[in-house]
Amino acid sequence: MAKSINNTIPKSDIPLTPKDFESDQIIRWCPGCGDHMIVNSLKKVFAEIGYRKENYVVISGIGCSSRLPYYVNTYGFHGIHGRANAIATGAKIANPKLSIWVATGDGDSLAIGGNHFIHVVRRNLDMNIILFNNQIYGLTKGQYSPTSPLGTKTTTSPYGTIEHPFNTGELVLGAQGTFFARSLDILVDLTTDILFEAAKHDGTSIVEVFQNCVIFNDGAYSEITNKEKRDDNVLIVKHGEPMIFGKNNNKGLILNKFNLEVVTIGENGVTEDDILVHDAKNPSPFIHLMLAKMHHPWVFGVIRAVPQPTYDDLMEEQISMVKAKSNIKCMDDLLNSGDTWEVK
Amino acid sequence: MNEENKQMSDRKQVDDIVIKFVGDSGDGIQLAGNIFADTLAHMNLDLATFPDFPAEVRAPRNTTFGVSGFQIHFSNKKVLTPGDEYDVLVCFNPASLKVNLKNVKEGGIIILDSANFTPRSLQTAGYTSNPLEDNSLEKYNVIKVPVSEIILNINSDLDKRTAEKTKNMFFLGLLYNMFDFDLKHAINYINNKFKSKSQIIEANLNSLEAGYRYSENIENFPKFYLSKCELLPGKYRDIQGNIATAWGLMAAAEKAGLQLFVGSYPITPATDILSELAKHRDLGVKTFQAEDEIAGITSAIGASFAGALAVTTTSGPGLSLKVEALGLAVMTELPLVIVDVQRAGPSTGMPTKSEQTDLYLAMFGRNGEAPIPIISATSPIDCFYAAFEAAKIALEHMTPVILLSEGYIGLGSGIFRIPKMTELPKINPPFADPNNKYYPYQRDEEWYVRKWAIPGTPGLQHRIGGLEKSDIYGAVTTDPKNHEKMVINREEKVKRIARKWPLQRITGPENPDLLVVSWGGTKGQVEGAVQNLSTKGYSISHTHFRYINPLPLNTHDILKSGKKVIVCELNRGQFANILKMNYQDITFYQYNKVQGQPFTIKELENAFLNLLNS
Repeated sequence: MAKSINNTIPKSDIPLTPKDFESDQIIRWCPGCGDHMIVNSLKKVFAEIGYRKENYVVISGIGCSSRLPYYVNTYGFHGIHGRANAIATGAKIANPKLSIWVATGDGDSLAIGGNHFIHVVRRNLDMNIILFNNQIYGLTKGQYSPTSPLGTKTTTSPYGTIEHPFNTGELVLGAQGTFFARSLDILVDLTTDILFEAAKHDGTSIVEVFQNCVIFNDGAYSEITNKEKRDDNVLIVKHGEPMIFGKNNNKGLILNKFNLEVVTIGENGVTEDDILVHDAKNPSPFIHLMLAKMHHPWVFGVIRAVPQPTYDDLMEEQISMVKAKSNIKCMDDLLNSGDTWEVK
Repeated sequence: MNEENKQMSDRKQVDDIVIKFVGDSGDGIQLAGNIFADTLAHMNLDLATFPDFPAEVRAPRNTTFGVSGFQIHFSNKKVLTPGDEYDVLVCFNPASLKVNLKNVKEGGIIILDSANFTPRSLQTAGYTSNPLEDNSLEKYNVIKVPVSEIILNINSDLDKRTAEKTKNMFFLGLLYNMFDFDLKHAINYINNKFKSKSQIIEANLNSLEAGYRYSENIENFPKFYLSKCELLPGKYRDIQGNIATAWGLMAAAEKAGLQLFVGSYPITPATDILSELAKHRDLGVKTFQAEDEIAGITSAIGASFAGALAVTTTSGPGLSLKVEALGLAVMTELPLVIVDVQRAGPSTGMPTKSEQTDLYLAMFGRNGEAPIPIISATSPIDCFYAAFEAAKIALEHMTPVILLSEGYIGLGSGIFRIPKMTELPKINPPFADPNNKYYPYQRDEEWYVRKWAIPGTPGLQHRIGGLEKSDIYGAVTTDPKNHEKMVINREEKVKRIARKWPLQRITGPENPDLLVVSWGGTKGQVEGAVQNLSTKGYSISHTHFRYINPLPLNTHDILKSGKKVIVCELNRGQFANILKMNYQDITFYQYNKVQGQPFTIKELENAFLNLLNS
């Protein structure tokens, strides 16, 4: 992988390893929780990107996911429910030399913090948001979340939910997101690769990780994770490669009029050349949207990565531009500017 | 006779005048007021202004609820307030006369646009008979000028709409002659304001000069003369309270050598602070217009964690939304300035009207034990110093600080003696030393302040957040004794800030029959009323609070010194109750007003006299 990335953030003089990011805190997530795998991927990625240790900042809201800052030895901020993305926004604008990582969940970012979420995506600040989607409120012991499928029975929906869930990718693309990727907690290598791609992306990167809550929503993703079905239900896309999947690696996607369609290579005259090649850099979000919304198969990998000027860069540019033109260089200049008069 | 003597001979000398421009909100009232105030400043007169406008951007014409006003009090002596009653009312339409007549002094001057007193506009204003014809104005010196007609005649080459927009200039012309002001100040202002729009400049100057000339032909036109004010030597400018707040924050950032970050959401009457700060990218100010009030404060908390002087600006309803995040700032012990320009509540209330009703919210509005220092600005000019001080306390004591301003002083303006940056105190935030092991909640013994470790500094990596942390080390814990200790530590830290406050002072005799207590933006009126009664020989003193939490160390001694104590505030007794809570041995009388309007000196005098004579 190409070494990175953002020229504003200072690089480490010495090579780092995941161990450098180990914290002294005892991890309090439940045994078997998908979160353990995510934090391990993150430490690997931090080492690999190679920014100085002290320039990483991990920010979170409230929920199981949001305990993450305590488990990596970087600067960390554990905020209040829903506000991680707003806190991160302020930190990044104030100090663009920081590599900002947000750990959040489906409740934190898609319910109570939904407003901040869509706006951070729209503004395209250069930061990385890992959204742990377990389709449930775990920390409050099992209430439905905005991503729980219709009909989900929980303590607050004993007869099943009567509301339609959000699809994170659809929301991100609707908010003009420039980077959307999806992983699955058990696909540790894929998560690591995606987080690295997210770090490389100039702009707000949303990495949704389907994560199994072993206590309150065990098996939410069994359709996907089930060993027998998995290969036929999972498509991992890579930019520039045909979208092929399946146990026998013979299924693929084609564009049929305005819809994506699953076809089998070798059947009905379909050849590998007919399979659609994934273009994550296509500015048009239409195919990305269809990929994000697919259920058979579910699509993982970097679905969209379109570079666009970031809010933080534009802020710095505007400041230099205005500074260059203005006669006011310090407060004394400002205080004495415009209409003043002297009393002797 | 030389020129000056001649001038004085046909002009009556006055020392102190209150003028109010009133009309429809589209009449250019605020512009006229600003031009007039600018000229006063150039004449070396002291002044205070107060714009009074409806919440509607363009209310229906000639209606009483659409009346816009701009009040100016000027004098060659020190001006304490924008004034109670008007010497001169400049009146653009019947509705504005109807609303404002009650505050015109007996014998006062009313200049009005007689051509606008048509049956239709009289009717929309709710008049059943024409006040110009029914003798209801006989107590006043009414100067009737058909301004709307004259304007159309002298600007006949312009379309009607453009010509009508210069009525305000015609009125200004009349006033410049009335007070013997040089038109050049107004001309300069207009040229600067409209820069390249030569047609508009020409029309405005045309009407301005026409007004000036016209007044020469008015029989018995009153003419006045003011001698110059004896201001302290120095360089001056006039400044609006909200602008002064913005500049105070910028001055603090420069003094501390920190990035200024402002996360705010627009809200009346605080928006001007955000827009002023947004102008100053030239000084590196980073303003962030957030998606809501919560993102305003939480982005500021993030910026503070990242090492900036972080600020969020708002008004009452916005402060309500920020409450949870205030607790986060208390818990993480990060510097943060929260500016609340108070307006009349509850809920949306009266957005453009002023009150002091957010004191309880600032003081108590949080879950858990969460003390926050509170400073209140006392005048438009004091907004500069109060904002600077709020930032200094926040940065040096690692705490959120609430700065209470008020619509009344935020929108009002005054004469500002320009300070030099070297005259302002230093600001020294307690940065952590990268050469020592860092413990996030280790405090210094004197002030109980923890150290600030800025991300990007090698070796100081740490985690903080809203969860309770262990003393010194900062690990997550629910240990019962530790929690109590941390609660007390945070309380003690805020309490000790009182040692930094100047001692509370008393103006007037030390053991008066009546001690008058006030806080925030009511200083001018209360000072005025106390002064008036003390010149009449009453034993009355005044103590004005700028520091609300913690209270100055000698507060009890000061309050004990009055035989009777009265607390005056623009709410139902919020400060009085805080004082009662703290000083139960003292009986507090109250004078309260919640009308969205400032005190008048007269009503205060009456309230004080009642107590003095009982």
